[in-house]
Formats: sequence, structure tokens, C-alpha cells
Amino acid sequence: MTDRMLRKPHLRSPTDETLLTKLVLIGIGGSFLAFFLFLPLIVVFVEAFRNGIGRYWDALVEPDAAAAIRLTLTVAAIAVPLNLVFGVAAAWAIAKFEFRGKAFLITLIDLPFSISPVISGLVYVLLFGSQSLLGPILKRYGIEILFAVPGIVLATVFVTFPFVARELIPLMQDQGTGDEEAALSLGASGWQTFRFVTLPNIKWGLLYGVLLCNARAMGEFGAVSVVSGHIRGLTNTMPLHVEILYNEYNMAAAFAVASLLAALALVTLALKTLLEIRFDAGNAGGRRH
Amino acid sequence: MDVSVSHVTKEFARFPALNDVSLDIHSGELIALLGPSGSGKTTLLRLIAGLDQPTDGQILFGGEDASHKSVQERNIGFVFQHYALFRHMTVAENIGFGLKVRPAAARPPKTEIRRRVGELLEMIQLSGLEKRYPNQLSGGQRQRVALARAMAIEPRVLLLDEPFGALDAKVRKELRKWLRDFHDRTGHTTVFVTHDQEEALELADRVVVMSQGRIEQVGSADDVYDRPSSPFVHRFIGEASEVAVRMEDGEVWIDDRTVGLKADGNGPARLFFRPHDLELLTGCGGCFEGVVVGSRRLAGARRLEVELGGGRHRVEIDVPVDHPAAMKSGLNFRPRHWRVFPVAG
Repeated sequence: MTDRMLRKPHLRSPTDETLLTKLVLIGIGGSFLAFFLFLPLIVVFVEAFRNGIGRYWDALVEPDAAAAIRLTLTVAAIAVPLNLVFGVAAAWAIAKFEFRGKAFLITLIDLPFSISPVISGLVYVLLFGSQSLLGPILKRYGIEILFAVPGIVLATVFVTFPFVARELIPLMQDQGTGDEEAALSLGASGWQTFRFVTLPNIKWGLLYGVLLCNARAMGEFGAVSVVSGHIRGLTNTMPLHVEILYNEYNMAAAFAVASLLAALALVTLALKTLLEIRFDAGNAGGRRH
Repeated sequence: MDVSVSHVTKEFARFPALNDVSLDIHSGELIALLGPSGSGKTTLLRLIAGLDQPTDGQILFGGEDASHKSVQERNIGFVFQHYALFRHMTVAENIGFGLKVRPAAARPPKTEIRRRVGELLEMIQLSGLEKRYPNQLSGGQRQRVALARAMAIEPRVLLLDEPFGALDAKVRKELRKWLRDFHDRTGHTTVFVTHDQEEALELADRVVVMSQGRIEQVGSADDVYDRPSSPFVHRFIGEASEVAVRMEDGEVWIDDRTVGLKADGNGPARLFFRPHDLELLTGCGGCFEGVVVGSRRLAGARRLEVELGGGRHRVEIDVPVDHPAAMKSGLNFRPRHWRVFPVAG
């Protein structure tokens, strides 16, 4: 019986296609990927190493480049933990409680996604610039926001704000409040409930959000470009430094720094895939990307 | 621990979920809150637990007002409908959770916790599964772990929300018997919510029948089944046939005939009886005289649809499977037990 069924040829499932259709569709998809994604990535690394590994290394340890790398890491080290805390708090509030203005808050969290990063930067210029209300007051106390590290951190925090919250809200909504209520009924305090029950339930989603947040924090160009002032060795982040080198026709150095950012993207991608596998195992039925 | 619910009202966004509910639960009792969905039974359970706060009224634990006590302070054991087991903890960690999170002064040492968890595992007959995770257990096993976890904190009151709702029929019956034994052994004051009347009647010392945010009747299984206090209870518990009647001169009348049932009172009313609890008569000197208009087979009986008073009323009665009643044939009967409820207005 099984034999006969196996021998029946050409019985396609309703959702299947012919070989030709498959080849054409896969071909289009594949060449699109190759042309728009793989090729540029390969070019970055080829250009970076064009003049040999020695020149590559020189471009990275050159003082301005090293300062840019250091600044990018510093900014990410401040912005990511801040958004981790904000994101968890916002997701907690939205997913576990009912209150007036919740829909508005969700829209507000999405705001950085929906407006151009350049506008995000401009907002801070308008807020802290020399013609603004706050700028002169802060300047009197010797606090520099614009064209200094604090401005870059603020702009980065703003742009990367939604990543953690957006990742956690659907996950926490899906999980509901049952586990928390169980913990409370067993005598756990609010903090114990968060630490022992809520946090373990969301840890993979949280890591995933942090990873995306970090990738964006390090790669952000538009908003940071507006507030940074492009002072070499002082307020240039890696993406800004790449632009300056490129404008100076210093291709090898530009691509060398760019290759670091590209490598970061690849590492993020690998970690993300790894996390998704864990995420899937830990939360069957959860939301996928 | 006596629990007393006193004039409790609960509103959700102006919609009353509970309306001036009062209930006394005695120490060691096994109580069922029974009602259709939306009757407020789960709301009442959550208010007793302290998971929600009443809009008005008081909840007393052993005579002491608990209204302003938090969930943690009330020391209740709550078993959730879908168990709410912590999925990243093993069975043993789940059961020991309530002890682990106690303040340092009240927390038993680790070896003591392990011993207690072992005891509870034995009690729920799951020894050997302590290293499993909840998703490696069957529904019935999860239910018992949830119960052990709630018992571990030595609660004053045990509250269960639809404890068997998510289980299949066979496991449900087994666990029902198991919970009854468990209660008899431990003697905890226990309140459980159910929409399954069979479960409530079989398991509980007293059944609280609820409808639309109010308590309709509180009583033993015999009380609520044999002496329902309202049309709702009669319809909701067991099966009911009902017919519009009139009370006059100490008799029950259907239209212009007496049916041989005594009743005090006057005016329009509804008569309720159980379809299976009646005698079939041959002659009819004051009884229900009807015509068979429908018939279908139940498990152990045949259910007939009978028209009374020339088609103005229709009731259902059960007859033995081998009863010769045919369509359009006449049938005489009289209920053995019945209730008459006056129709308001």
C-alpha cells in the first residue's frame, strides 16, 4: 500500500509549483540578494585590504580613527543600558497594566522609527543650540550638550529607543500576567517576581532587542551627524569618520573603518540567528521575525 | 480559617461584575462557586485572594478585615486555571518557590526546603519527576504540581480557579476524586470555581450558585438539586422542563384544567420538574395530558417532546427506551417532584 502511494508520480501538493517556476523565482531572489547585499559587503572588505594588511592596521590605529572607535563604543555603552532600562520599564507598563493613554504611549515609543533621523538630530539642535531656550542657560554652568559627547549620546538614545521596548511588548503581552500573579500569591515581592519570573521569561527577547539596539547605536549616522559638529578626534563617531575619510578621497582608510562596522553587522547577524534558535526553543508560539 | 465575604461589590469600568455579595465560608469546608461564564465566580475568587480589590464591601479572614492586605500578606494558596507554572523552573523549583522567596528570617534552610518539596511530591504522587520541566508533564501532572506549589506555603485558604477546566474528561474524573481525598486528608478550607455542575455537586460540601454577579443559592448538593430556590437554579442545575401555569384555589392549573398538583398562592407562575422524575399514567383524572410531537434517543432513555393544552405548551419528558409512545399518540403523566415559582408582575 505504501509502495503504491510512493510510486504515484507528479502529484504535487496544492501549494507547490513546477520546477521551472521554482527555478525562475529562486533565481530572481538569489541574484537580487547577490547584487544588493553580498556584492557591496565583499567590496567593503576588498577595498579595505587593497593596500595590504599593514595599511589596514595603520588606518585603524591612526589617532583620529582610534578616537572615533573609542567614542562609538562609549556612546553605545551609555545608550544601550539606558534603553535597556527604559525599554523593559515601558514594556512592563504597557503589557502588564491597563491605563488611560496606553495607545498614545505605544505610538510615542514608535516615534523615533517614523521620523527621519536628521529631524531627530535637529530637535536637539533646536533644544540645546545657542539660539534656543536651554542652550545659553546650560552654557552658563559650563555644560556643553551640542557638538559634544552628551549631544551624541542623547541623539543615539532617542534613535535607538524603540528597539528593546518593541521587542518586549508583544512578547510580554503574549505571556500575560498569570505567572506574576502566581508568584505574588506565593508570597514573592514585586522585585522577586521580576527577577525570578518575569526576567527569565523574557530573557531571549530582551537579548535580541539589546543586540539590535546596539547595532543601531553604533551605526547611527543621520541624527549624530547633525549634533556632533564633526570635530576630528573629539566628536566623530565611526560612521562620521568614514564619511570624512571618503570625502577626502582616502578610500583605503575609509573602507578599513567601514569594514569594522560591517564586521559588527555580521557578528550581530550571527548572534541574532543564534538567539532566534534559542528563542524558538524557549518560547514555542512566540512572535517571529 | 473562616472566610467571610460581606456585601462585596466589584465593578470593572462601571460594569458590575459582583453586586452586593455576601458569603460565609467555614473552616475546613470544601466550597464550589458554580455558575455560567460571566456570573462573577472567578471575580469573587480573585477578590478573596487579593488579586483584585473590591469596589465596596469587606472580606474577612477569621474575623479580621483583610480588605487592605496585599496578596502576599493574605497567605492564600491559589491554583490558576492554566496552572501558571514557571516554565523555566523544574518541578522541584516550582514547588519550592514560595519558600525560597520568603524573607531571610522566615526562610527555611535549603535542606529543609528540599525535604518539604520531597514530601509534597510524594503527596501528589509525582516522586521522581522533580527534575522535569512543566512542558515535559501531562496536563493532569501539571495540575497537581500547581496544587503542590500552592500547598508548600502552608496557606490558610486554598483557592482553585477552574481546577480541571483544561483537562480531558477521564483525567478530570480521576483528579476530582483525588482532590476530594486530598481535602479530607489535609482539612484545608478550600474554595474552587467551576462551571461544571457535576463537578460541583460531587465534590463540594456546599455549592454556591451564581448568576449575573449575584449569589442565587447556597446549599448542599441535595439542597440545590432537590430544592432549587429560583427558576435560574432549577434551569442551571440538572435538567428542567418548565411550563406556564396558574395558581388558584390551592391547585396548579394549565389553562382551564387542574393537573393534580397542590400549590399555595395565587396568580400566574411557572412550574418546573425534572424530565426523568415523573410517573406515566394510563387514565387521567387531573394530570398532564399531552400529545407526542417529537422523540429522540438519549443514552439511557428516550426523550419525548410533548404538547400540552392543544399545542399551547411544550415540555420534554424522559420515558424508558422501550416505551411504545408513537408520534401523535396521547400521553398522560404527572411529575413526582416539582417546584412552582410565581411570575412577577
